[in-house]
Amino acid sequence: MLNIVISGVGGQGTLLAARAIAEAAICKGFEVRTSETIGMAQREGSVVSHVRLGHNLNGALIPDHKADILLGFELAETVRAIGKLKPGGVIISNTHRIMPVSVSLGSAGYRSDKMISSLAQATDRLILLDATQAASKAGGYKSANVVLLGVLSGLPELPFHPADLWQAIMQHVSPRTRQINQAAFELGQRIIAENRNTVSG
Amino acid sequence: MQKVLLMGNEAIARGAIEAGVMVATAYPGTPSTEVFSTLADLAPEYGFYAEWSVNEKVALEVAAGAAYTGARAMVSMKQMGLNVASDALMSLAYIGVKGGLVLVVADDPGPQSSQTEQDTRKFAAFAGVPVFDPATPQEAKDMVQAAFELSEKFGLPVILRPTTRVSHVSQDITLGDVKKLERSCHFQRDPRWVILPKLAYKQHIWLDRVQAEVAEEFNDSPFNRLSLKGKAGIVTSGVAYNYVLEACQELKLEPSLLKIGTPYPLPPKPALEMLASCGQVLVIEEQEAVVEDQLIKLAWQNRLGTAISGKHDSYVPREGELSVDKVKTVLISYFNLPRDDMPEMDVAPLPLRAPGLCAGCPHRASFLAFKELMRRDDVVFTGDIGCYTLGAEPPLEMLDTCLCMGAGITLAVGMSKIEPERKHVAFIGDSTFFHSGVPGLIDAVYNNANIVVVVLDNGTTAMTGHQPHPGTARTATGVNGAVLDPGEIARSCGVKFVREVDPYLVSEMKTCAREALEFDGPRFIVARRACVLQADSLRAYSIDAELCTGCELCIKKLGCPAIVKNQVVQISAACAGCGVCARICPSQAICEVV
Repeated sequence: MLNIVISGVGGQGTLLAARAIAEAAICKGFEVRTSETIGMAQREGSVVSHVRLGHNLNGALIPDHKADILLGFELAETVRAIGKLKPGGVIISNTHRIMPVSVSLGSAGYRSDKMISSLAQATDRLILLDATQAASKAGGYKSANVVLLGVLSGLPELPFHPADLWQAIMQHVSPRTRQINQAAFELGQRIIAENRNTVSG
Repeated sequence: MQKVLLMGNEAIARGAIEAGVMVATAYPGTPSTEVFSTLADLAPEYGFYAEWSVNEKVALEVAAGAAYTGARAMVSMKQMGLNVASDALMSLAYIGVKGGLVLVVADDPGPQSSQTEQDTRKFAAFAGVPVFDPATPQEAKDMVQAAFELSEKFGLPVILRPTTRVSHVSQDITLGDVKKLERSCHFQRDPRWVILPKLAYKQHIWLDRVQAEVAEEFNDSPFNRLSLKGKAGIVTSGVAYNYVLEACQELKLEPSLLKIGTPYPLPPKPALEMLASCGQVLVIEEQEAVVEDQLIKLAWQNRLGTAISGKHDSYVPREGELSVDKVKTVLISYFNLPRDDMPEMDVAPLPLRAPGLCAGCPHRASFLAFKELMRRDDVVFTGDIGCYTLGAEPPLEMLDTCLCMGAGITLAVGMSKIEPERKHVAFIGDSTFFHSGVPGLIDAVYNNANIVVVVLDNGTTAMTGHQPHPGTARTATGVNGAVLDPGEIARSCGVKFVREVDPYLVSEMKTCAREALEFDGPRFIVARRACVLQADSLRAYSIDAELCTGCELCIKKLGCPAIVKNQVVQISAACAGCGVCARICPSQAICEVV
């Protein structure tokens, strides 16, 4: 069984990411379960998706310390989900920061340096990238989720080929943004290729 | 066999279509909404009737009317929606139905998007209506067919009760064939449909008798499975079944296991077999002790001395949702196993990221207009259910109450009668106004309440994902023939002060608010501006660093997620272009991006 936790902020496209991974796995004959945050928390709040691939699956929620992969769409939100990661698991995290209102109001701090060292402490198999900036280069910052999926697609853990994942993503993006998303996905693939040694496990 | 990825709610909708549903109704509410939105999308293709109803009581009654004629009907809602529909449900259980009627009532343990953690299985037992409790989306889909058949066999409405972790879980689903029911539906006049007291007494006897018959029927249901292994057993229901399986695997436990998919009425046969062969039984179910209470009763009636544990001896929490980790803790304590705690990691402090109003949300502008008109202690702001409930968060802090759908207006009426020296302003969304705000408004007029009602009209039911309502141009499947206007409703109810205003126009909105506060009797303002997530995009704003004095008024007053402080105050790409910050900036430092 493969357990993937995807964390981020409402509106960043975690739902699409979970769905695409699940659909790619179904095409390869796997059972899947995903669990989503839908409703009030979607409005600017923290959101988490759980994705499980394998055989004879039960529930969709991944227990603590059981995630093989933590895919974080926003720096603080990656750290928030860190308790889900298993020892030796992989973290792929966007370093882009989305400031919660509590920080702008001065009632909370945002310590990026400490957050990054928390991630480094959790695992050696850590990939940090500014996926939002990379997506802007590809043509639209909103495709950061697809950049991150591109990175994910190169992990040795995944039971399908990057092309399978791209096929699944394509079903969910509008033809208008297809080119941008393809460029975003390829950028992600390039980043994981450069980090092959880090994640080889 | 063809397998597709479906969310639990989509799987339930698919199940309804496979079962030949002829009428579908609903009022949106997390985590139930997608059951009906999926049905609405598919209604034209499969040729059945689908409506977003004005509230859950109406939705149930419309579905019941269809079922009286012999049609199969499905109505869906969240758990608190059933409170609104309960008047209809309690009588309907006595009267019964002809065509199958399935209520999908989605529970929200946690809760994630609700005011209560009430357990619909308990409601089902109270009403005397059978309930199915699925563990997975696939099982939920399969239960729909069984629920329709049961409903028609016994002439009773039946509840399917998914929880968030079924409704919002996606799974690879095996699709079945779609059946087109060949039946001619016709309402036949009969005294059985008119519930006079004498009939109520007779039907009460019938309803009580049928409970035992349904329980017998459930003895052989494929959704209840017994596997006897040892003298210690676990009984579990709904999603908790998944957590029990996984926790037992991890702890290498192999207890006897009774998995219940029909928690009320509890099937006596597998339950008694379990009790008779086990010396001790632990009941693991989410929320209330529904299965546990029935097991205790069965054991007592049958003079069985099995030790039954669960909620009553505090092994299993009643509050919050269960998980594999929580169930593991329960099992470790119940079976006296060694703990396997992982060392706590030292993690960086994280900023709170609570849900909040979107950048450009028109509600923020409406709240702002009222915020500074009076000393905060001289006015009470009552609120309601919707996105605008988030106006309670800092820095706006503009809601003093939130109780249930429609209660903002009526709480204000009650308060105004006790503290006439204070001002009372009730905020309510457009969809909530149609749902249950109208009777409160009529009450305020009838009883001459000195309150201001502000309808935050964003032209949609935003929080649940933008469903249409009677004030929008669309219905679930087509065009609304008569768009209702909240302002016109207020006028026709006899409200003398009725104004419509665009909240983005800060000074006009403020003038309107001031005039309303100075007026006597019930006053009504429609603050109309489309939900920013649905509106055409406007030109974004930016801060001119030369002009900005760094007073941070924009941050402190608005709490807009697009205004961020990174050494200096900046406007991020999240800006939706509402321009409210530009209108309140004392240095005119915020301008449209050209």
